[in-house]
Amino acid sequence: MTATAPDGARSFRWRRRSVLPGFGLSLGYTIVYLSLIVLIPLAGLGIRSASLGWDQFWAIAFDRRVLLALQLSFGSALIAAIINTVFGVLVAWVLVRYRFPGRRWLDAAVDLPFALPTAVAGIALATLYAPNGPFGALLDDWFGLRVGFTSFGVVMALIFVGLPFVVRTVQPVLEEIDRETEEVAATLGARRWRTVTRVIFPALLPAILTGFALSFARGVGEYGSVIFIASNLPFQSEIAPLLIVIKLEENNYAGATAIATIMLVIAFVMLFVINLLQAWSRKWFGHE
Amino acid sequence: MSEAAATRQQRKVRQAIGEGPATRFVLLTIALAFLGLMLVAPLLVVFVEAFGRGLGVYFQALALPDTMAALQLTLLVAAIAVPANLVFGVAAAWLIAKFDFKGKSFLLTLIDLPFAVSPVVSGLIFVLLFGANSALGPWLEDNNIKILYAVPGIVIATIFITFPFIARELIPLMEQQGSSEEEAAVSLGASGWRTFFQVTLPNVKWGLLYGVLLCNARAMGEFGAVSVVSGHIRGVTNTLPLHIEILYNDNKAAAAFAVASLLAMLALVTLAVKTLLEARFAGEIAAQRRH
Amino acid sequence: MQVRAVNISKRYVGIAALDDVSLTVQPGELVALLGPSGSGKTTLLRTIAGLEHPDSGTVYFNDRDLSDSRIQDRGVGFVFQHYALFKHMRVMDNIAFGLRARSKDKPKESEIKRRVLELLDLVQLSGLERRFPAQLSGGQRQRVALARALAIEPSVLLLDEPFGALDARVRKDLRRWLREIHDRTGHTTLFVTHDQEEALELADRVVVMNKGKIEQSATPDEIYDTPATPFVFSFIGESSVIPVQVGNGRATLDERLLDLDIGNLPDGPAQLYLRPEDVVMVTDGGPGIPGLVVSTRRIGGMRRVTIECGLARHRIEFDAPAEIPINNSQRLTIRVIGGRVYGAGAEGYETEKLAASATSDFKWAKAEGWLDR
Repeated sequence: MTATAPDGARSFRWRRRSVLPGFGLSLGYTIVYLSLIVLIPLAGLGIRSASLGWDQFWAIAFDRRVLLALQLSFGSALIAAIINTVFGVLVAWVLVRYRFPGRRWLDAAVDLPFALPTAVAGIALATLYAPNGPFGALLDDWFGLRVGFTSFGVVMALIFVGLPFVVRTVQPVLEEIDRETEEVAATLGARRWRTVTRVIFPALLPAILTGFALSFARGVGEYGSVIFIASNLPFQSEIAPLLIVIKLEENNYAGATAIATIMLVIAFVMLFVINLLQAWSRKWFGHE
Repeated sequence: MSEAAATRQQRKVRQAIGEGPATRFVLLTIALAFLGLMLVAPLLVVFVEAFGRGLGVYFQALALPDTMAALQLTLLVAAIAVPANLVFGVAAAWLIAKFDFKGKSFLLTLIDLPFAVSPVVSGLIFVLLFGANSALGPWLEDNNIKILYAVPGIVIATIFITFPFIARELIPLMEQQGSSEEEAAVSLGASGWRTFFQVTLPNVKWGLLYGVLLCNARAMGEFGAVSVVSGHIRGVTNTLPLHIEILYNDNKAAAAFAVASLLAMLALVTLAVKTLLEARFAGEIAAQRRH
Repeated sequence: MQVRAVNISKRYVGIAALDDVSLTVQPGELVALLGPSGSGKTTLLRTIAGLEHPDSGTVYFNDRDLSDSRIQDRGVGFVFQHYALFKHMRVMDNIAFGLRARSKDKPKESEIKRRVLELLDLVQLSGLERRFPAQLSGGQRQRVALARALAIEPSVLLLDEPFGALDARVRKDLRRWLREIHDRTGHTTLFVTHDQEEALELADRVVVMNKGKIEQSATPDEIYDTPATPFVFSFIGESSVIPVQVGNGRATLDERLLDLDIGNLPDGPAQLYLRPEDVVMVTDGGPGIPGLVVSTRRIGGMRRVTIECGLARHRIEFDAPAEIPINNSQRLTIRVIGGRVYGAGAEGYETEKLAASATSDFKWAKAEGWLDR
């Protein structure tokens, strides 16, 4: 942190000198802020987790209830992310390529899960998919499918919260794809399906994977919207974040810490994968 | 070429570089149906349930003392968290967009962290940091400082959850603008602050406004992290989202939806402003491309 | 104001952008920095402005060492390639920015207004002071950028590819106009260009750069007539290259003696660089080099002929009068009446390299978002 001194940076070779002022100030402020808000609290979790010792950690992590909760969180997040990837690409395609009345407002609606508090989404979804709710009753009548208060409900909630990620990562890349490349493919005799699968899809792939990973990561950690629609029964429809809350309410700090550590490590891995995907995309396709 | 042949030819070209009308119709219908069922229906339910039993019940639910207390606390939390994150977001964006230095991508990853961490885990780390059996806990207790299960804890957890929003909105915008206008300003003799306030800020003001709005919507709506650090003390540490949960679990669904409708309206205003700003942006971009 | 850059070196991630470059610009001189992309010309200009910090070396204005001076205090008028006008400010506020930013002896607002109108008159944009940059054409923006730079009464005027983004007609007009402004205001002026025609037409002195070094610094006439290196020869104007042998103070092509001044080159293989006007067709049956026509094309009043001659079928281009009919596969004889011989090992400017750097330039421009503007 010696670099916080404005002219101290001059002797360092780890940055390109610039005529613009404020490097020291903005770097210092950013690092202090991030340290107080992020690094120190995270270090606290790390220390707490390390003090558990392996035996205790494994005992908690391999508890059947914990495993089932993690399995539910990851499994439903995976299913939701897959569904979101398919429909998200479709929605991005429609928004970018087609012109229809109300397109701008539909585009805005995609951001709704970003802006709508999860608790609001949670009670709304729970009401919709409850056995006597408008959608819940229909699904039950037509398909005999129970969504509310089952693990289907968890997936439904995760689709809601994860949807914008795929659309918003694919959309700008799709906008950037030059129509001329498609026209070239057509002049070279490619049929539309071939153009889409061989020319457009490969260019979109990094963005699609990034969107999938973001949607998945969000789903694994989601809490607010899920707890209202799931029945939250142990061993059945209890997600991992809920289990952390339950352990905390039981004053079982060790249990909460162990589960949180597992989730945090996975979050880091997801971030790393997303960064790799973006670096790959930048390198090969020149876009973010 | 006859007119019919010309039309046929045109259709062939269109099909080669786009989809036929039938495919378009099907794709559009699927997309609209999906968005309608998944996004619009839940939003409608909030308002239908909130106003379904009449305006009287609606305003009665809002006028409850606990609701007013929750509203006040939520506004207070946002009033602290948003400005704090505004200053951070601007500083971080300036740092990342205008300078090249080692460790930049690590810093970006750190800024993205709250997007990937479960809100419950975010809350937990502060419970572990400030809780009774933490290293800080006894000291805080001796000095009679209450952070956990009190307003400061809620504020800190909210700041953690929402700090990336403004920075993430500004960074791509400032990177895309480049630095040449700032270089021109300093070469004309302008100081750093003058350059920032007169050249950089006007160029990113609409993006900054949207970042602030989104940050505000998230700060007022945060549930998981705040739930963990608040301790659910009615009328004292209940924010609006926590209050919704309590009302809903008490089988006061109408009241819960009334409160929820407030936050839903906030979300709608946020999105409407964004849409209007984007329409404005598009105009500016078009003007730039004219030459 | 005299500008001196002394022993400037700068490296970007291991690549030398500037390799021990020294340059002096005399007061009131108009100098062009000419070179292909990646030659370091823009880096040199930005280093003189203080926008880049050299790894080593010093910049002096008169005898003032600028190593520790902030860019704000240098008083350079810098015109950016893409103008960098403040988009949200009207033309008059753009031009007044530098005057208003002064911390000491800041002029009164009425004085600023007067100066702005004066400058607008100078750059022939009177009446447009209330426009926004988006409402101006490219050439008008360029002139606003110049007025903005002149407003601070700069000690030197630096222009980065000033006409790079304009179409051919506007370029030519602005070129003449910039020369007029320079002659009227007398600023020491340095501009960067990759267009040799622009450099030769506009500048008092042309500095040709390649790979972070200065190849030659001379008047336009000297640059064209006596290029110091094969690079300068081939970068300026059209050229053909053929290998020759040097021995006994003479150059020979396929054992035919060439009547050329070869200076004091050592014996051995060498390269002969020819401009189209260095070669004439022999029509009177006199001695010369026989060749086979491979292509002809019409350029204005002349016919540009490409022939293959010698055992290794080297290609030479030259101009023949348009009224003489010349067909492909026709045999004819030429005589070399000019050209320059350079020792083997010196490198010319290759068009393949141009293609490669053009792609990297394109990517770079794309990364900077400039192609979208």
